[in-house]
Amino acid sequence: MKMELGDWQQGGNASATGAPLAIYARGLVKRFDGYTAVDGIDLSVPEGAIYGILGPNGAGKTTTLRMLLGIIDPDEGTRTVLGAARPHDVAHAIGYLPEERGLYPSMKAYEAIAFVGALRGLPLSEGRRRGRILLEENGLGQAADRQIRQLSKGMAQQVQLLGTLVHEPRLVVFDEPFSGLDAINQGRLEGMIRRLAASGTTVIFSTHVIAHAERLCDEVAIIAGGKVPFAGPVDVARDRIPPQVRLETRSTNGRWQQALPVDVRQEGNFWHFSLPESGVEPLLRALIEGDAGIQSLSIERAGLHDAFVAIAGEAAAAALARGEGEELP
Amino acid sequence: MIPAQRGGRLSTVAAAFVIARRDFTAILFSRSFIFFLLGPLFPVLVGAMAGGVGQQVQQSTSRAVLGLAMPASENRAMIEARAALAPHLGGALPEFVVVRDAEPGAFFDARTALASKQGNVGAVLTGSAAAPVLVGTSERIAAWQGPVSLVAAQAAGSAPPKFPTVALQATATSKSNERHGRVVTAQAAQTLLFLLTMLLAGMVLSNLVEEKGNKIIEILAAAIPMDAVFLGKLFAMLAISFVGIGVWFLAAALFSSLIGQSLATLPVPAVGWPMFFALGIVYFASAYLVLGAVFLTVGSMASTVREVQTLSMPVTMMQLMVFFLASYAMTQPGSGIEAFAIIFPFSSPFAMLARAAQDADLWPHALALIWQAFCVVLFIRIGARLFRTRVMKSGPARVRRKRRLVRFPVRTKRSVAD
Repeated sequence: MKMELGDWQQGGNASATGAPLAIYARGLVKRFDGYTAVDGIDLSVPEGAIYGILGPNGAGKTTTLRMLLGIIDPDEGTRTVLGAARPHDVAHAIGYLPEERGLYPSMKAYEAIAFVGALRGLPLSEGRRRGRILLEENGLGQAADRQIRQLSKGMAQQVQLLGTLVHEPRLVVFDEPFSGLDAINQGRLEGMIRRLAASGTTVIFSTHVIAHAERLCDEVAIIAGGKVPFAGPVDVARDRIPPQVRLETRSTNGRWQQALPVDVRQEGNFWHFSLPESGVEPLLRALIEGDAGIQSLSIERAGLHDAFVAIAGEAAAAALARGEGEELP
Repeated sequence: MIPAQRGGRLSTVAAAFVIARRDFTAILFSRSFIFFLLGPLFPVLVGAMAGGVGQQVQQSTSRAVLGLAMPASENRAMIEARAALAPHLGGALPEFVVVRDAEPGAFFDARTALASKQGNVGAVLTGSAAAPVLVGTSERIAAWQGPVSLVAAQAAGSAPPKFPTVALQATATSKSNERHGRVVTAQAAQTLLFLLTMLLAGMVLSNLVEEKGNKIIEILAAAIPMDAVFLGKLFAMLAISFVGIGVWFLAAALFSSLIGQSLATLPVPAVGWPMFFALGIVYFASAYLVLGAVFLTVGSMASTVREVQTLSMPVTMMQLMVFFLASYAMTQPGSGIEAFAIIFPFSSPFAMLARAAQDADLWPHALALIWQAFCVVLFIRIGARLFRTRVMKSGPARVRRKRRLVRFPVRTKRSVAD
């Protein structure tokens, strides 16, 4: 397979470091019973990166991850995972936490971790030893000998997470890892993901909560309608939409309003709109000359959430226009 | 691109071992295993109770007597004649009871007497010793016609004056007895095999449903081949069954030594007991693996316990039919029915075990085992494929296609993908 590192980011950002890719997928397609779940997805995940797969519910995130992991095979397209054309050939180097959490209720916590490790080739005795250490390191030492059914949902989720890591994988895939966790445990998980990446592990996670991706990810892929309308660094995604202006005025009416763009949104004396392409100076001049009575004015760079809404919304609207979509209830 | 990492996923056998080890340990220390061990007690108890009731019924029906409704002198003569013949005819003669000392030539309504619920009169004899009339159901009069005729002849004084003494020489068995005994052995083995396989297949099914409830299946599917999950589960339950059988045999041996009697009273099978036991174990494994694979496949297609019950019912009924087929085929050696029962994968282990009880040839077993092994592998592979296809497709099967005005967030009709 010929690698084209130059086009691995649709945003065209030159920050492509030339780092080796943990995952390289091209044209992945998956159909179920006549409908196309994933429709030609391209992904390039640099090794050691924290990579977010973002998308609204039902966008095709889980199906994409399952194809990358070899749980299901794509109908079309190719993928290379940790240098192997077949994900199963590098199964020992992969950790996977599915969206649907599950453990055997009668197993003890450290046994559960060892069992997940054993599935990835880690000897059971070593898995038990590491399981106890991992639980201890993550503040769950007292739960090591308790059965899963005796743990809280959050603790059981953490145990499963540790099972994903017990065989020290080089690539970790989390499907919606933050769902079901309280704010404290979400913070802990974010810390763990950062530590994994710092140790050279590639982390891919899917989420529909953009804040996590914004805080953690080096790069993201936005999936909507089974396609990837954007893939690249977070900054590039944010630059997709113009900076946002927040203006406070004494006056609520006047000719100065002609200087505001069409996407303006009013909340009392506050006005929100995208910074016009002409820049801030012509805007300020018009406001002052029009007696707007400027109380305050701030210009903020667009967040990933705004970028996500814009990009995914465009893609979904396009899908709808093609007769392939429907809006959420 | 980074170089390929070392370490592919576990081989099917190694992964199956991981699954089997987990399942075996979990089941061994579960309450369901206690119920499994106690399982055979219920048929034994029910059988004992049914046997007791049957014996009681048999005893009460076997006490039917012949009612005499002849003139008094004839009645007395008949009773004396019976007493004289009893040493020669033994159990063939019914007891005689005087129902009525009738007036000579008077009519006696025997049908009304038989319809009466009093006493246990199976038939009524009227007329006279010279011209007896036996009234009763067709089966009863057919059975008693001969003995009554002999007794009447004796009473009328026309019987032979002397009966020769028959010298008796007992043998342990005969070809006919041996054949019949082996059929009994085969029936017992088939029944045991059927009960065991049904018990185990049910357990493996509940195990899979529990697994789906635990939602751990995707972790397994991501790490190891799905064939290994199937194999591991099947063999774990097989190992559990061997533990159970061991416990049952120990308990039976202990019970046997306590009561000081051998429980094994069945006739020796054609291939001999050691080979029969060996074949029994192999055929048990084969029957269980084929049926277990089907049950696992059924389990994979269901998402709730209720669905599992609904889907498994036809399989259970089919297995019952298969059992009846194998039982019938056993009585028709060399027939097309037997050949079909041997070839059909679900009945093959049952039919072949019955054959082992009746026929000493071993080569058909070698052929049958190869065929059954092929079927087991085929069924497991089909089941695993169906399972993977079914389970790893998330979301609702159909999504609304209604269109509305565009409003974000939007999802496509492909949303079943996520």
